[in-house]
This record gives sequence, C-alpha cells and structure tokens, in this order.
Amino acid sequence: MAPIIPVLELRDVEKSFGPIDVLHEISLKVHEGEVLCLLGDNGAGKSTLIKILAGVHKPTSGTILMDGKPVEFDRPRDAADRGIATLHQFGGTFPLMSIGRSFFVGVEPQKKWGPFTVFDRKKANEIAVKAVRDFGITRIDDGDRLVGGLSGGERQSIAIARAVYFGARVLILDEPTAALGVKQAAHVLRIVNETKQRGLAVIFITHQVMHALAVGDHFAVLIRGAVAADFRKGDKTREEITDLMAGGESMADLEAELEGYAQNQEERPPSLGHT
Amino acid sequence: MSTTTKDKRSAARMLGRLVRRAETGSFLGMVVVYIFFAALGGRVFLGAPGFSSWLNTAAEVGIVALAVGLLIIAGELDLSVGSVIPASSLTVAIVSSHYGAPEIIGILAGLVVGLMVGFVNGFLVTRTSIPSLIVTIGTMFGVMGLTLGFTVLIAGSTGVFIVPDPVTKALLGQFVGGMFQVTMFWWAAFIVIVFYLLHVSPYGNWIYALGGDRESARNAGIPTRKLTIGLFMLSGFAAAFVGVGQVLTYQSAQVLTGQAFIFNSIMCVVIGGVLLTGGAGSVIGIVLGTLTFSIVNQGIFFSGLDPNIGSVIIGALLLIAVLSNDSFRKTALSFAAKKAP
Ligand SMILES: Nc1ncnc2c1ncn2[C@@H]1O[C@H](COP(=O)(O)OP(=O)(O)O)[C@@H](O)[C@H]1O
Ligand SMILES: [Mg+2]
Repeated sequence: MAPIIPVLELRDVEKSFGPIDVLHEISLKVHEGEVLCLLGDNGAGKSTLIKILAGVHKPTSGTILMDGKPVEFDRPRDAADRGIATLHQFGGTFPLMSIGRSFFVGVEPQKKWGPFTVFDRKKANEIAVKAVRDFGITRIDDGDRLVGGLSGGERQSIAIARAVYFGARVLILDEPTAALGVKQAAHVLRIVNETKQRGLAVIFITHQVMHALAVGDHFAVLIRGAVAADFRKGDKTREEITDLMAGGESMADLEAELEGYAQNQEERPPSLGHT
Repeated sequence: MSTTTKDKRSAARMLGRLVRRAETGSFLGMVVVYIFFAALGGRVFLGAPGFSSWLNTAAEVGIVALAVGLLIIAGELDLSVGSVIPASSLTVAIVSSHYGAPEIIGILAGLVVGLMVGFVNGFLVTRTSIPSLIVTIGTMFGVMGLTLGFTVLIAGSTGVFIVPDPVTKALLGQFVGGMFQVTMFWWAAFIVIVFYLLHVSPYGNWIYALGGDRESARNAGIPTRKLTIGLFMLSGFAAAFVGVGQVLTYQSAQVLTGQAFIFNSIMCVVIGGVLLTGGAGSVIGIVLGTLTFSIVNQGIFFSGLDPNIGSVIIGALLLIAVLSNDSFRKTALSFAAKKAP
C-alpha cells in the first residue's frame, strides 16, 4: 500500500494575482508510485496550481509539504533541487537543439582538456539515448538529432526520461497529451505508467477524462480554482467525472440540448445527413 | 559484415548532416562570390592588394560580428555597437593624447566604455520587457550624443588625433607588410575564443538554450540574466576593441564613424547561417559570412562595376541567406520526422 506520508502535499493553498483570485483552499496529496490526475476545464487554474509546485509562483497563503515537512520555493531551481520536475504546458523543449544537448541543458556533463572545461558531447548523447531507450523508445538512436525533428509524443517522452534520469521524485505533467493524436497520446500514457512503476509520484494534468482514467490512481477535479471533487480510481464513472468537470452541468443535459438543436435543424432544410 | 553496413549507414548519415548544415550553404556562397569577383577583378584582386583589402575589412567587422552573432543566437540584438566603436576610439585619443596619460590607460578606458555600455544594455534588457532592438537603439543614440558632447566639450572639435607609441602601434594598429592590418591576428584570437565558448565549453549549451526558449532555460536553472548581461558586455567589449584598433591604426578618432558596423555585423551573421530568431548558428558560419560580406564589399572596387551594385549584391545575398536559413531549419526539423515508418 502507499506509504502514509505523502511525498507532496498542499494544505489550504490560495493564489491571487492582484485582485483576481485564481485558487481557493486547495488541499491535495500525492504518494510515491501513484498518479494523481488533476482534471478541470480550461481556465480552472490547473496551470497556476502546478506553477506553484514548480516554484514559478509563490502561493498567496497556505503550505506546501514534502515528506510531511513544510517547504518554500523561491525559484524554479528550488523545486527542481527537491526533486520536483515539471513539464510545462507550453515550451519546455528546445526544437533546434540536439537530443543530447537539450537533455543536459543546465547540467552539462563536462570533462577537462588541459585547463579548459569541455562539454562532453559524446557522453551527453550516449546517456540521453540510453535514458530514452530504457523507456522503450527504440526509434531514437542518434543523440545528434534535433529535438524538433521528433514527434510530439517522442518529445514528451524524452522530457519525462530526462526528469527520471535526474532523480525526480515528483513528476508534474501539464496537459502532455493535449496536442497529440491518439497513437502519440497512448505512447505518452504508457510512459507515465512506466514512470509510476519506477516509484515516482506523478501529477498528471488533463482535461481529457479518458486519458486520466487510463493512468490515474487518484483524481481531483478543479472548478474555478477550487477542488470540487477528490476521489480514487473506481469511485466514479467516466460520465460522472465528465459531468463534474463541466461544472455540475450534467453532460446528459447538454446532450439533450444538442439533440433538441439537431431536431430544430432537421425541421429546416437543408439538413446535413440526418435522413 | 554488419560493421560495414553500419559504417555505410553512419557515413550516409554524416553526409546527410553535412548537406543539411547551414554552413555548407554559406561556404558555397562564399566560393561563388569569390569566383565572381576574381573573374572581374583579375590579378589585382587575386594578389596581395585584393587579399589584404577584404581581409582587413573582414577582421574589423568580423570581431564585432562574432560577439553580435553570439547575442543573436541567444535571441538578442545589439545595435549600440555602432556608437561604441567611436566612443572607445575617442576615449583612447582623449585620455592618451589630449590628457597625455599612458596609452595603456587610454586603451583600458576605451575597453571599459564598451563593457559599461554592454552592461547597461544587458541590465535594461533583463530588467524590463523592452526588446533588445529598442534598448540598444536607445543606448546607441545615447552613447553617440554623449560622445559628441564630451568630445566637443573637452577637445573643442569632433575629432582627436593621436600619435601612438611604436609598441602599441605594433600590437594593435600596424600594417604588416604595409598592407595587412594586425587586427587580423586579433580576429583570429576572437574566433578561437568564441569558438571555444559556443562549441566546446558548457556555456555554449546555455546560449543555445537561451535563444531556443528563454523561459525553459531559466526553469532548467540557467542564470539567464547573468548570461544575457555577459553576452551584451562581450559585444560591447568587441566593439570597443575594434574602436581601439581603429584609432591606433588611423591615428585619429572621429565622432561619426562606426555606424556602418551596425548593419554590416548583422549581415555577416545572417549570411553565415545564424537564425535571426535565435537558437541556431555557428562560429564557422559567422566567419564564412564575414568573409563573403567582405569579398563583396571590397571586390566591387576591383571589379570596375558601379559600387552601388555591391550593395545590391549584399542585399541579395542577405535575402538568399535568410530564405535558406529558414528552409534549413524546416528541413532539419522535418528530415528526422520523415524517417518515421
Ligand atoms: N499571471 C497571471 N495573472 C493574472 N491572472 C492569471 C495569471 N495566470 C493565470 N491567470 C488566470 O487564472 C485562471 C486560471 O488559469 P490557468 O491556471 O492557466 O488555467 P488552466 O491551466 O486550468 O486552463 C485564468 O482565468 C487565468 O486568466
Ligand atoms: Mg493550462
């Protein structure tokens, strides 16, 4: 079973930007070897929440705890040093850099050449390629290839492999599957699972319920900055979750509305396809 | 047996890589331009006078282009170099000639002017959200005004003369063999240092990351502010160094020189395959771009063509370079993707 002390915990975290309150009384826990799915519609505050965990923003009030002890992050580096690796929704990769170079941005392997410090390109490439292949992505075999030449799923996978390689304990993924096709998304979901099996705590942000159900152990739904529901795998059906995310407005109602709309359309030719 | 196929594969891969490199295009461009002017300029252009004239031009603009190139790779621009050059020239002349201080003091003062302007540029760019294009236009005019004001105030004219002593002259302002400026050797030294910075040392990775995505670079723990300020200081230093070389070579410093360096340095960099939007480029490319630019810039005088045609050629080269840099980026990015089954 999961250990009793969560790796990462939020207690009553609030965040406002000037007069705008974005997050209210957020309390969440995530344990080792567990995937916490953070669901919510666009604008619910998911990205803001993970930016707090990543040290990009400071909470207006509330506490962040790691291994049960309060921590404060003044800058992204502080969070990274404690083993929180964040893959932000936009950006995060360097398309014009090689796989080996981008893998080691900020922590370049070095060797000495007389009095000179040299970036060890060979070592960087070898480690990067091996780390990615360990996650089952065997199509990548050349560390000199440009990151921008890879598929979206492969890029996400490299970023995850990188975090794991550098000893992350908590992996935060902000909508990693949002821009991907079905196959690519499946690819990333598989890697999320693999990461969890290696004992990391994963916070997986998405607004696609199917993706969440495929990997999640624990779910939290965020609505207008507050945790509207917090439940475990198997507690709720897909429909229930979808309804929750829609902000209480039942999906069934929405469907009925759509049907009504479609019927209306049928009465007024030309209708599309409904014959 | 399997090793030979593997060898073949990696050989093909290397060839593919070579063809896809932006520098390959820059090199071909340089060869074409050289042959063109060799055909028109004949013996004189191919001989020492021709060589020295474009190498001298290349050395001066090349030192600035290397530093400006690093900045462009890091996603920034620096237009202030155009007024740092005369500012440092005049500082040397005023300190050492007008006030009669030892030349080494004047030279150091000139270099410090460049470092200071670079620091101000970097500071403003990192502390405000104003793009570096605007910031450095501002400092360019600011420095120009200050240079003019102080020169007139102190020396009573817009130009100051200096007779350098033989040692400084030999080191920084000599014509070797009556034709080749000693600046050439300094350019070579700059090439080695900047090559080391960008391609060998770990800092190169930081510069590419900075130009690729500033936010991500910062999140990865790179001290982006310090790095940006450092790069602006390097370009200020490089411009000041050229200013020092100029005043010792020509023995006079004028307020309104150096403006040509602004666009010439950027053109060398872009013709050399550096992406104007940052994130990609190489020292070899910048050097090739500088040579190409200088061959056209000087070759025109040997060719008997209207000098204005030189400007047209440079403009055309620039457009070709920008287009091919862009398509280089596209193919470099799509090539690998196409490999997918
Ligand atoms: N820096 C900021 N300043 C002001 N408002 C912000 C800032 N960042 C986010 N917000 C606001 O917070 C809300 C939540 O945004 P975000 O966290 O990006 O949502 P999500 O990722 O769930 O789509 C939005 O209304 C957004 O406009
Ligand atoms: Mg978001």
